[in-house]
Amino acid sequence: MADTVAGASPDPHVSGDDPNRRDFIHIAAGVAAVGLVGGLAWPFIDQMNPAGDTLALASIEFDLSKVVEGQQVVVKWRGKPLFVRYRTAKEIEAAIKDDHADLRDPATDESRHKPGKAQYLVLIGVCTHLGCVPNFRQGEYGGWLCPCHGSVYDTSGRIRKGPAPLNLAVPDYSFLSDTKIKVG
Amino acid sequence: MSGHSTYEPKTGFERWLDTRLPIIRFANDTIVTFPTPKNLNYWWTFGGVLAMMLGVQIVTGIILAMHYVPHVDYAFNSVERIMRDVNYGWLIRYTHANGASMFFLAVYIHMFRNLYYGSYKAPREVLWILGCVIYLLMVMTGFFGYVLPWGQMSFHGAVVITNLLGAFPVVGNAITTWLWGGFAVDDPTLNRFFSLHYLLPFVIAGVVGLHIWALHVPGNNNPTGVNVKSETDTVPFHPYYTVKDGFAMSLFLIMYAVFVFYMPNVLGDAINYVPANPLQTPQHIVPEWYLLPFYAILRALPNKLMGVLAMFGAIATLFVLPWLDTSKVRSMRYRPTARLYYFIFIFACLVLGLCGAHAPDDMVIPRVSGLQLLDSNINSYTWLSRIGALYYFAYFWVITPLLGLTETPLPVPESISSPVLSHPASAPAGATASPEKRG
Amino acid sequence: MLRKGFAVAALGLAVLAGSLAGQASAATTNAEPKELAWSFDGPFGKFDKAQLQRGYKVYREVCSACHSMNLMYFRNLGQKGGPFYDPKYPNPNDNPVVKSLAHDIQVKDIDTDTGDPISRPAMPADKFPAPFPNEYAARASNGGSLPPDLSVMAKAREGGPNYIYSLLSGFKTPPAGLTMPAGKYYNPYYPGDLTGNWSGPADKVPEGGSIGMPPPLTDGKVTFDDGSPNKIADEARDVAAFLTWASEPKMEERKSFGFGAMIYLLIFSGLLYASYRKIWKNVAH
Repeated sequence: MADTVAGASPDPHVSGDDPNRRDFIHIAAGVAAVGLVGGLAWPFIDQMNPAGDTLALASIEFDLSKVVEGQQVVVKWRGKPLFVRYRTAKEIEAAIKDDHADLRDPATDESRHKPGKAQYLVLIGVCTHLGCVPNFRQGEYGGWLCPCHGSVYDTSGRIRKGPAPLNLAVPDYSFLSDTKIKVG
Repeated sequence: MSGHSTYEPKTGFERWLDTRLPIIRFANDTIVTFPTPKNLNYWWTFGGVLAMMLGVQIVTGIILAMHYVPHVDYAFNSVERIMRDVNYGWLIRYTHANGASMFFLAVYIHMFRNLYYGSYKAPREVLWILGCVIYLLMVMTGFFGYVLPWGQMSFHGAVVITNLLGAFPVVGNAITTWLWGGFAVDDPTLNRFFSLHYLLPFVIAGVVGLHIWALHVPGNNNPTGVNVKSETDTVPFHPYYTVKDGFAMSLFLIMYAVFVFYMPNVLGDAINYVPANPLQTPQHIVPEWYLLPFYAILRALPNKLMGVLAMFGAIATLFVLPWLDTSKVRSMRYRPTARLYYFIFIFACLVLGLCGAHAPDDMVIPRVSGLQLLDSNINSYTWLSRIGALYYFAYFWVITPLLGLTETPLPVPESISSPVLSHPASAPAGATASPEKRG
Repeated sequence: MLRKGFAVAALGLAVLAGSLAGQASAATTNAEPKELAWSFDGPFGKFDKAQLQRGYKVYREVCSACHSMNLMYFRNLGQKGGPFYDPKYPNPNDNPVVKSLAHDIQVKDIDTDTGDPISRPAMPADKFPAPFPNEYAARASNGGSLPPDLSVMAKAREGGPNYIYSLLSGFKTPPAGLTMPAGKYYNPYYPGDLTGNWSGPADKVPEGGSIGMPPPLTDGKVTFDDGSPNKIADEARDVAAFLTWASEPKMEERKSFGFGAMIYLLIFSGLLYASYRKIWKNVAH
């Protein structure tokens, strides 16, 4: 096109063929550019998710024979406290008695422990209000009392009073043997 | 920034914002309507590539800093943890590590393009000096970054480079100790290098802002080196150069991706995967490829202080270049003699890079023992780097000033549009210029 | 003329690259490692799982007596792309093979009841235990030499797996005129400078160096579960593959991601080029 001086250069500023025209090829290129940035965004976001070594430590095994009747042991699991409580017969009885009381987050005591293992209560020790760690055997129900904003939990870990909306969470766990559990 | 703004706010909100913070006007004038010479070739796309690389390095760097531990006991392993355990950590780290090389590759092309077309000449001296400042900051950032993985080359590279400053009389040792925060490169050094490595890219981004500002006052130079005469010489930046730069960036990304995905370690040194050991220096200390020419200039001189001064002088020279060049003509398209010296200069830089990669006493031509000249064999890299360094300085301080006074340049076109309209694409540009002038 | 300049520059770069690849300092020499064809070579290369399993066995039964791999966890053996990966167990901690491999090894721990140091069978989340408690103990047991950590060995040596293979299978009796100091072994692939040990002609100093590691492998030293041949060369090749995987466990992921990225970028460039041509169609430049 370069040889003929006359026909070569329509001024781009007065050009009739508007280069801004949104025709297919420009849209496709634009979409591909957005796709490129979008595709790269995922690795950049995913890198903040738990890494391989963090996930590898996500499950722990625990020997229940370390807990004495009427006491609880607190272990660290996924960076959070895990309550393992060996309940007395009286505490279990109190919990079952309240199964049909007016509960904020209704749950039977049965559903909060493994079948035939009513004495062992395994809970994530994080208050469902704003994440503080409730204190053992405080509060009027003999379960837990959260020191931050006064949420009261009963001996089944159910919320009874205070601002917390939900019961203390039960993690995924299973019995490997009579005295050994695997959490996570 | 320059000239009158053609922005007209369309909606009510735009009008409201425009009287309070004219940011849309600013963006519009800078990257949409900015009149750009219509004859910029692909060598001009590297400005855009560099902006992209700065962005890539900052984003990946911030991510790496989320996982990296700047402590001598953990640095090496934390980098390997990124490679092994962090989701896509390998991608982010290899992108960042190879990104440094790509960044320097692009900046060198950008600088050599500048030299060829005389873009540093009036009225763009400040633009060029800001570019040199950016380059200097890049070198520092690259050096600090290379220390962070705390491998053998990281550590001993840091030792060697920080010891350079010890060459200065009287204050040298005090400066080195201050820089180290101790009596050797150690934990405090690593920590402060990490801090500076994180800081400097943002300083670079700031200077890039100034660089673009300084670009928008006189506007782009162009391959003819002739000033823009009328509106017919230009096209608006968008969409003409956004799409052209975008295409070039995409091609650059393809090359970059080949390194990241298929040969991520080829530009690095294997020995840097050996954790730092202050008690043992690797056989052969070399900087990353992009610093090799300066390393060669450093070693070309037998005296420590002289070597250091020569190396700093090599960079300092760039800052005064606009006042060394006496030529009336900007573009080397019309300066055949200058062109010849220019290509020899590129060759000299490559030779210096070669010298930097070799031990000083290695033989250039294998198995030929040359004469001993002064302190070294004439067939050694020491002498080759002396020749290279000599040419490097001669090019700027002797050839460039003299050539402008003595050479006879080819006729320069009247305007950008005139040669554009008639040049057959394949003929050398110089040849097209002369009939143009006659006509 | 720009084209000519570009050609000169390209030539220069080629020279530079060539010389960088072949760089070596004057004093240190070593024989070029043998080039093997590896399953993981090339842009589509993948690790050979069976080979990695054999390689792990060589590491476990031979190398681990002296060499640590302190970046490796047992769980890595069962992760995606690892030697014992089983799609049934996306979480390698549950993989029974990995569990039993870990269980075979004792690791040090602290008894949480008494605070005493104890030994217990490893779990998948444990690191490979180091053979020596610290560097001094490692040196004391190895005649003053420190057996290097092998976690990233294939990345940390020029030549990678080829170097490891050549070194392990390349021990030679010193030629006449070469005297090895006590506790040192001649290996032509180990970078070193043998001038001081050489009594022959000065221009015929043998390549290689003296290494503190005695020849670790012998024919039939490791018996592979799959009945694969176990000559020195086989053992060396398999362990070199294993160490390459250990150095770059994400290599397969990287290459497959890269393939997708390349395709995308090529299409993207094509679209941009078409768009560019269209926009510039009416501008002489």
